[in-house]
Amino acid sequence: MTNKAETCWQIQNVRVIDPFRGIDSVEDVFVVNGQIAERATATDCRVINARGLWLVPRLTDMHVHFRDPGLEYKEDLFSGSQAAAAGGFTVVCTMPNTRPVVDIPSLIHWQITRANEIGLVHILPIGAISKGQQGSELADLYQMAEAGAVGFSDDGHPLVDSRIMRAALSYSKTLGRPIIQHAEDPLLAAGGVMHEGSISHQLGLAGAPDEAESVMVWRDVELAGLTGGILHVAHISSPGSLEALDYAKRRGLRVSAEVAPHHLFLTDEAVREWNYNPVTKVNPPLRPDTTRQLLIQAVIKGLITVIASDHAPHHEDEKNQSYKEAPFGISGLETFIGTIFRVFLDAGLLSPLHLFRLITVGPQDVLGLDYPGLIPGASADLTLIDPQVTWTVDGQQFYSRGKNTPLQGTKLKGRPVATMLDGRFTMRDQEVLV
Amino acid sequence: MRDLLTLESLSGQDIGDLLDLAQNMAEILDRPIKKVPTLRGKSIVNLFFEPSTRTRNSFELAAKYLSADVINVQKSGSSVEKGETLWDTARNLSQMAVDAVIIRHQVSGVPQQLAEILDIPVINAGDGSHEHPTQGLLDALTLRQAKGHVAGLKVAIVGDVLHSRVARSDIWALLALGARVSIVGPPSLLPSTYEELGVEVTTDLKEALADADAIQVLRLQKERQSTGEIPSLWEYRLRWGITRKTLQYAKPDAVVLHPGPQNRGVEIDSDVLDSSRSYILQQVRNGVAVRMAVLFRLLGGGHDE
Repeated sequence: MTNKAETCWQIQNVRVIDPFRGIDSVEDVFVVNGQIAERATATDCRVINARGLWLVPRLTDMHVHFRDPGLEYKEDLFSGSQAAAAGGFTVVCTMPNTRPVVDIPSLIHWQITRANEIGLVHILPIGAISKGQQGSELADLYQMAEAGAVGFSDDGHPLVDSRIMRAALSYSKTLGRPIIQHAEDPLLAAGGVMHEGSISHQLGLAGAPDEAESVMVWRDVELAGLTGGILHVAHISSPGSLEALDYAKRRGLRVSAEVAPHHLFLTDEAVREWNYNPVTKVNPPLRPDTTRQLLIQAVIKGLITVIASDHAPHHEDEKNQSYKEAPFGISGLETFIGTIFRVFLDAGLLSPLHLFRLITVGPQDVLGLDYPGLIPGASADLTLIDPQVTWTVDGQQFYSRGKNTPLQGTKLKGRPVATMLDGRFTMRDQEVLV
Repeated sequence: MRDLLTLESLSGQDIGDLLDLAQNMAEILDRPIKKVPTLRGKSIVNLFFEPSTRTRNSFELAAKYLSADVINVQKSGSSVEKGETLWDTARNLSQMAVDAVIIRHQVSGVPQQLAEILDIPVINAGDGSHEHPTQGLLDALTLRQAKGHVAGLKVAIVGDVLHSRVARSDIWALLALGARVSIVGPPSLLPSTYEELGVEVTTDLKEALADADAIQVLRLQKERQSTGEIPSLWEYRLRWGITRKTLQYAKPDAVVLHPGPQNRGVEIDSDVLDSSRSYILQQVRNGVAVRMAVLFRLLGGGHDE
């Protein structure tokens, strides 16, 4: 049984950046019995002097792959939860492309229960849109939603059939949960292992053009218009997709999009720099700098409202193959904060309050969740960040089983130093507290 | 130079030096007894994971003419077929005191990846759609022999440039040596971004061949039709085939090259192929000389005559 002193924390002189309430100010934060508390109710608290640190409530990564069930050698719910806590996150949404596919309520329920047992992060599962992610028959969306699925996606398997997509979007409206599409025309992208452009032409690697993504985003936007459904575009990465997103916004459709940190930070030049090492192989592929700049501008303008990691851990033996054979994916949870700080804060492109909106309010809005921010009574899910610390990425130090990062050796500035879930520290000084 | 992975990474000077060396090696091929002791005691692995007769034999003969020992490893029947990774196969061979690895692989970048883990020279004998550096060198050598120089020549490369490792190596070598390069072929098989490299890109054969001193005709892979990239071989021949008629678009003394194997009657007609304008057999002979030069350069060649 925990004693009183351990259930009360006073986090002193911390810069509170709370996008839920639109607040950015230095103050003390009190946590009593797992919840945010008023100063008056807090007595005998343990004091943390957090001068110079930032405190942000409930960081949400709405796109991660924890590979459990079935592919635990890449990642399981425990190692994934550790990676999330180390990365500063208190909420993650797990994609359903596991073995078996998460397409039934019992698997949703099992993931949530298992996450609660682990106790390091809230897992809000995303269920499959179609049975077995086969793209031909809708899964039981309502029952999965009742079990706790916060959205639906066949991620990794683009939903090609327009009729099924239409039906899914129609259902999403009745459930209030988004259809999250990995937008990619599989035939146009067939064989592509990187972005099609001057680098792919010079390296002799088969490329997938931007348009393999954007043609499907345009179709889906039209279907969102037809159905009034809730469409969320996963890991958006092409100029045409941004045009479609803008068009949807002007029409007032319920369409949103997320971008991954690696698409904001790296370009297809990395494939050459890494000398064909598949550590840069990701789907959608790393794009040229012109596209990267467009994505950054789309975030600044508010067209893209979410940043999500698309954390895709793989075993070293799988990545240690030829570029063609190796699987797509980057292990992204533990470099997330440092990467987006480099892109937006170091360059002075966004205020911290605006930046953190993209991993707090942004995903919560898309998923229809209602965390209130740091008000008394709210769950004490928060992250302390040292914005000044510089560190060098070393994948071997990741808690994730996936050590696959093209940021290996990169110097970043800014890192989570403590993560708290329901009032209990899950990470302090980069040590995950199980 | 520790490995030979690409021509992109070599300067005009490096390439010129290799061609000079290859020219010397070519003289050995004219002797009645071609074996010289240059690489005696050296052992080389020919690691060919893709079907190849000409390049593999050419490397093997080049090594043998220099007195090196050669073993040939193919995917079929190798440990790779039993599940061993290519990297482990190469490490094992390296532990058998091999002095160099020559690798042909269907995936671009594999020789580069191999070079990162091996501490012996790696020679790229063709990787996917990326590069085929010894082919680029032998093409440049053949042109130099035919025309006396490469600088200032206009060379048209015709066909499926997008998937051609030969075209890539040719382009790097020719540009480095000061030639003008024009690429031409069906729009679905042309990398439009090559204009950034200073290459002329067109789908009009007449335009590409105008004032050309040389034509490099690429082999058309017949599966391009089944993958929907061209309508038919016949239509391809009509628009981009090198025939006696289309050859007239080029300079009267333009020479014709082809990396082989040829599809007679598709990308090139027999009467062109077998004419005095064709330097195709000269290319094959130069291939051995170039590979001797590369092996000599990378393996030290302490016993040079």
